Amino acid sequence: MDEDSRLLKNEKRFTWNTQMIVLAVVIVLWIFLGIRSKYFFTASNIKNIMRQMAIQGVLSVGMVVVIITAGIDLSVGAVVALVNISMSKMVVSGTPIWLSILTCLILASALGFVNGFVIFDLRVPAFIATLGMMSIARGATLLLSKGNNIFGLPRSIANFASSDFLGIPSLFWFLIIVTVIIEMMLRLTKFGRYVYAIGSNTEAARLSGVNIRLVTYGVYTLAGFLWGVGGILETSRLWMGVPTTGTGYELDAIAAAVLGGASLFGAEGNAIGAFFGALVMITIYNGAVLLNINPFWQRIIVGAILVATVAVDQVRKRRS
Amino acid sequence: MSTSDGYAIAMVKINKSFPGVQALKNVDFYLKPGEAKALVGENGAGKSTLIKILTGAYSQDSGEISVFGEKVEKMTPIISEQLGISAVYQNLMLANHLTVAENILLGNEPSKLGFVSKRRMFEKAERVLEQIGYADVISPDQKLSELTAAQQGMVAIARALSRKAKVIIFDEPTAVLAAREVMELFKVIEQLKENGISIIYISHRLEEIFEFCDNALVLKDGQVVGERRISETNIDELITMMVGREIKKDLYNPNRKIGKEILRIENLNNYKLRNCSLSVREGEIVGLYGLVGSGRTELSRAIFGADPIDSGKIFVEGKEVKIKSPTGAIKLGLGLIPEDRRQQGLALKLSVKHNINLPVYDKIGKIGFINLSKENRNARNFVKVLSIKTPSLRQLVSNLSGGNQQKVVVAKWLASKSKIFIMDEPTNGIDVGAKEEIYELMNNLAVEGAGVLFISSYMPELMGICDRIVIMREGQIVGEIPHKEFNEEKILSMAIKNTSAEVRDKNG
Repeated sequence: MDEDSRLLKNEKRFTWNTQMIVLAVVIVLWIFLGIRSKYFFTASNIKNIMRQMAIQGVLSVGMVVVIITAGIDLSVGAVVALVNISMSKMVVSGTPIWLSILTCLILASALGFVNGFVIFDLRVPAFIATLGMMSIARGATLLLSKGNNIFGLPRSIANFASSDFLGIPSLFWFLIIVTVIIEMMLRLTKFGRYVYAIGSNTEAARLSGVNIRLVTYGVYTLAGFLWGVGGILETSRLWMGVPTTGTGYELDAIAAAVLGGASLFGAEGNAIGAFFGALVMITIYNGAVLLNINPFWQRIIVGAILVATVAVDQVRKRRS
Repeated sequence: MSTSDGYAIAMVKINKSFPGVQALKNVDFYLKPGEAKALVGENGAGKSTLIKILTGAYSQDSGEISVFGEKVEKMTPIISEQLGISAVYQNLMLANHLTVAENILLGNEPSKLGFVSKRRMFEKAERVLEQIGYADVISPDQKLSELTAAQQGMVAIARALSRKAKVIIFDEPTAVLAAREVMELFKVIEQLKENGISIIYISHRLEEIFEFCDNALVLKDGQVVGERRISETNIDELITMMVGREIKKDLYNPNRKIGKEILRIENLNNYKLRNCSLSVREGEIVGLYGLVGSGRTELSRAIFGADPIDSGKIFVEGKEVKIKSPTGAIKLGLGLIPEDRRQQGLALKLSVKHNINLPVYDKIGKIGFINLSKENRNARNFVKVLSIKTPSLRQLVSNLSGGNQQKVVVAKWLASKSKIFIMDEPTNGIDVGAKEEIYELMNNLAVEGAGVLFISSYMPELMGICDRIVIMREGQIVGEIPHKEFNEEKILSMAIKNTSAEVRDKNG
């Protein structure tokens, strides 16, 4: 066999990766829940899962991109809340919906850009920079809303969240689109290649001619944009502005990304993995409700599963 | 009566090999109580390996170590310290934010039931500082960061003394000191000698060892060349002993056609470099030799735009260019094979394919989307051209051998069609067979018209393959020698001599 065909053959060899393990976990969970609850496999519950998952999934996919660069973005939940409140205020005060959405997306992207600037140019560790942004965005949300919920959004906004398209909830379509686009970006574009390169070795990437400033800005701006999308979907689902919404979303998004195979040390993970990671989390939350488990247990279960998955993965890697 | 009797340290027939290189071959090292012995040799001669075996950082493959007549079966860092062996390193391993007393007694604090007594620490630290005559200058409750570099060195010595050191190893201790500070250090070392403490002294500045050492042991390629009484030798004799290795003449490829100038730098200055000028022509391999810390790596990074330059000009193919970043350098056809390929050359967690294509993703594809078949073809092509041994293009680079990893770095620059290759220690840490391949690769690049700037601290390889060797010392280019006049002794003395005098003027 010549060198070319040997290289080609090995190219196509199947490898058992983290996403498949997570998928297997999901299937086991489903079988278990299907047996324990008659309601689990009904159409209305499946749609319910899809709606719940949509926002969480978009945020997880955004988070995975940041994590691949060995970064982190803790501002996600607070930015979602800020977008939720800003959009609600704008729409209630008579701004056209399209303009409110556009403004909110620009605002969220701009906050992401600021994160990128603080992290790259001011050399503040991503953890601290985005922790600061989290506090700032949350404070701004509370100032804008004076701590009160904002009511009076038009019916059409809520209708979008409850509507279906081709039998699948519209919210879920958003998640599919976002996942596919980000997955393609990571796999097929040079920006995607640079994201992984920076996550593996920033200095080597720089010395290979990668504009690491631009990529860092790009990653955090993209993340901010997706937090904006999440905030808009959240507004539709809540049908009001809730200043405390989004609390704990950073944990969910990071957990989903990591469950889906992302490594906090960078250069590992992808959008589809984050999608499945989010699916695991939603299945647990949904299952806990169906089985009448005290909701306070949900967080304990998620925490335990998160640590266990990563531990298993680490052991597996050390063996290979 | 054993041979180790009467010696503080007796290391007999020590052997140590690393993959692809025999670092020490049957080395004997004896040190008497109160003796100060210099350990000299070129970069890679085996000095640090010997010291690391003595301090237990490495263990020898064979050979015996005795400390004060007592045979040590297996040396570990803890046993070494218990036996009274202490080392003071160039980058003093001290904690900057702790006090002097805390540093001196770190890991050795006087305590009761786990509680540290501040007062007793102060007294203990003061006592050792008195021993070296520094109790008036340094107070035990000062923060280490408030001290000068020389005073920090004294703290390191005090720390060794507080552990009842009987043998103190100094590894390039003067590298960060100014002239006056060096004299202070020497005074303290004299004092240690008088108190019966043995000294092992390593320094590139050969004239320093004439200040207080009794003997000098010369190492070359992991073997002992000889030992001289300091009173009966001089710098020139020591340099002659350090050189004289076998040079592989067959590396030189006379078929290379040397063309026009492809890279020229004029009066480059930055934080490390002073007025550096050199040039490389098409088909030429130019060696850049200097001791560790001479500024070789800094020069390569400055040319490549990885570090900023304060002033100076760079010409590529006769045209003056401004290189502000590696991206700019790559566009002009430069490629850098960095000194530390794992830290700077490669994205280890990514595939062979991804690494090879990293500099060219801009060129293969449209509107940001990569042409995947071109990406594969590129990678497959260079894996074949350089015969990189990898099971697949998707293999992670971290799973390849050192030699194959280095070839991946070279492949990056072949893929981006570089014409000027700056190779910083490209054969570092790879085995003999792979080294030959790298030399061949350099020759091939030059035959095809590329210019190569080959940085190395291993002179035989430079003398074997280069058309010219440029010598650096203390951030300056101090000489250039053409192939016909290559002479190891001449090159080494240019790289070593009078270094300290110049630096001290600058610092002091």
